[in-house]
Amino acid sequence: MAVAKTLAEKVWDAHVVRKGDGEGANAQPDLLFIDLHLVHEVTSPQAFEGLRLAGRKLRRPDLTIATEDHNTPTLDIDKPIADLTSRTQIQTLRNNCAEFGVRLHSLGDAEQGIVHVVGPQLGLTQPGMTVVCGDSHTSTHGAFGALAMGIGTSEVEHVMATQTLSLKPFKTMAINVEGALRPGVTAKDIILAVIAKIGTGGGQGYVLEYRGSAIRALSMDARMTICNMSIEAGARAGLVAPDQTTYDYMLGRPHAPQGAEWDAAVEYWNTLRTDDDATFDVEVDLDADTLEPFVTWGTNPGQGVSLSSSVPSPEDFGDENAKAAAERALQYMGLTAGTPMKEIRVDTVFLGSCTNSRMEDLRAAADIVRGRQKDPNIRMLVVPGSARVRLEAEAEGLDKVFKDFGAEWRFAGCSMCLGMNPDQLEVGERCASTSNRNFEGRQGKGGRTHLVSPVVAAATAIRGTLSSPSDLDPAPESAAIRTDAT
Amino acid sequence: MEKFTTHTGLGVPLRQSNVDTDQIIPAVYLKRITRTGFEDALFSAWRKDPSFILNQAPFNAGSVLVAGPDFGTGSSREHAVWALKDYGFKTVLSSRFADIFRGNSGKQGLLAAELAQDDIELIWKELENAPGTEVTVDLLSKTVVCGNIVAPFEIDDYTRWRLLEGLDDIGLTLQHEEDISAYEATRPAFKPKTLPARLS
Repeated sequence: MAVAKTLAEKVWDAHVVRKGDGEGANAQPDLLFIDLHLVHEVTSPQAFEGLRLAGRKLRRPDLTIATEDHNTPTLDIDKPIADLTSRTQIQTLRNNCAEFGVRLHSLGDAEQGIVHVVGPQLGLTQPGMTVVCGDSHTSTHGAFGALAMGIGTSEVEHVMATQTLSLKPFKTMAINVEGALRPGVTAKDIILAVIAKIGTGGGQGYVLEYRGSAIRALSMDARMTICNMSIEAGARAGLVAPDQTTYDYMLGRPHAPQGAEWDAAVEYWNTLRTDDDATFDVEVDLDADTLEPFVTWGTNPGQGVSLSSSVPSPEDFGDENAKAAAERALQYMGLTAGTPMKEIRVDTVFLGSCTNSRMEDLRAAADIVRGRQKDPNIRMLVVPGSARVRLEAEAEGLDKVFKDFGAEWRFAGCSMCLGMNPDQLEVGERCASTSNRNFEGRQGKGGRTHLVSPVVAAATAIRGTLSSPSDLDPAPESAAIRTDAT
Repeated sequence: MEKFTTHTGLGVPLRQSNVDTDQIIPAVYLKRITRTGFEDALFSAWRKDPSFILNQAPFNAGSVLVAGPDFGTGSSREHAVWALKDYGFKTVLSSRFADIFRGNSGKQGLLAAELAQDDIELIWKELENAPGTEVTVDLLSKTVVCGNIVAPFEIDDYTRWRLLEGLDDIGLTLQHEEDISAYEATRPAFKPKTLPARLS
């Protein structure tokens, strides 16, 4: 009888090129084959240069794809990039891709966009694969039951040269989310609550598997939101077992298998489940029924609370390090303990990033703002995750909904999630952001970030203060804030 | 990669948890296409504050960073390791490292040594009471010595071996090229390829 395995262990075992010698503490890492290498302009130039200097080739251009996302402007994309260092970095990617034969989707191309939006939408991300990218949010692709990991530039070069990675064994953690989300509560709230529960270091060394009825009920876009932020819990990766929702999403995408290959693939994908008698090293339970919209108050993604509660006091934390971190965070964020979260006024609302920039995110936010007016003091940026998402949204008229509301409708890219392009906060500016990191200065020097879901972002843009859709008058129809698979 | 056996240098107490890679090096410095020259970028936002530890002598000449738990969280940017090295740091001590940061350090010869938080606290006090105290980090014996404190540290054996030998990862892997080719021959046909491009 075969040894019972978790999903992550099955995917791992299917990719072992060479078992590491030795056992226990002396074990060498396994050498794993990498099915898909995603490349962007920021973490690749030094890796390409390394290949060149060593006289090495790119081993598998046919398993490699590049796009431009971090540096790209979201306005005037037909003009040369104004920032010269950004322009040089983009041009360097173009030169490198031409030299090494890498498929590149450049700014202006219909398939350009955030690397983690592009892979799935092209059907290149599939169940049971190993996916890597020089970007920590590669965990996004775990939504398909792939083992997907962010890597550093040395590892990018290693994958380019060998199509493999030496990886240390991981531990397994089940995140069981049972129940049904209430209207206005989304995948983003699930993952923010998970991070608040286990902490930013809680997942270190682990691959998380999100399980339970609440996860099964989620669409692929929503599962991507959850897996995306696995890294914010410190995890090496996060994944969801593939099911009919996954297959329905995949079918007909450009690079999805076709005909007999589709059948062979589905037969294999159906084996990608954690065995009933397999055990996880750790299990964490979260109740979906009672979950409320979640929002961060501090400067790391674990510093979050329910939107209906108040800014915590450093005294609430037993651990001295957590207490000191809370004090520092409150000072940076300009917040006073005890202030109700819903009384916090924001200046900017950012709807975008690899966490929340897909069609479902845009639709959910559009359903909230349709026919309403933005708070006049708020600037709202809507940045679709990819050029394809932008086109689809425009075909549904969502661009008009956002523009009528008073928001700016932008071109695709990472944008204000990390402010490498001109989309940045000013010093002291406060932002409700659907992105993934509320670190000091992340969205611009001195900027203050509250991580929220797309529907909370939309409600906040209407009221001017951090708000849930249920705070709106008149309340939105519940169908408009559905979060389940349709 | 340069070999790392033992290092003795001035210790810098960084009393902070969750030092994310956006703090170690803000995104604006990531537009460069070189692998060196990032010393100006290290902690650049914090270095604008005169009271920041690296703005105080003798800590500005430090080479052993002693940080709070969860060091290197967030973005995968290896630039964080490059910036620490370019500034002059040879090793970082913490009770918990983010996985990607730890991996990147090992590839670049920066020793990420995991100590018990109690030992970190003792070393912090020693460095604060006697600024300029040197810390010895010995990879052979996996021990940190600071004043009268002698503390063990953890590092996985494989990374330790690579650091001690100064081995290049890609070179090591390419010794197994035949295994890679053999694996490639067994991959199922339904696995996707990026080329030729299929478009919507």
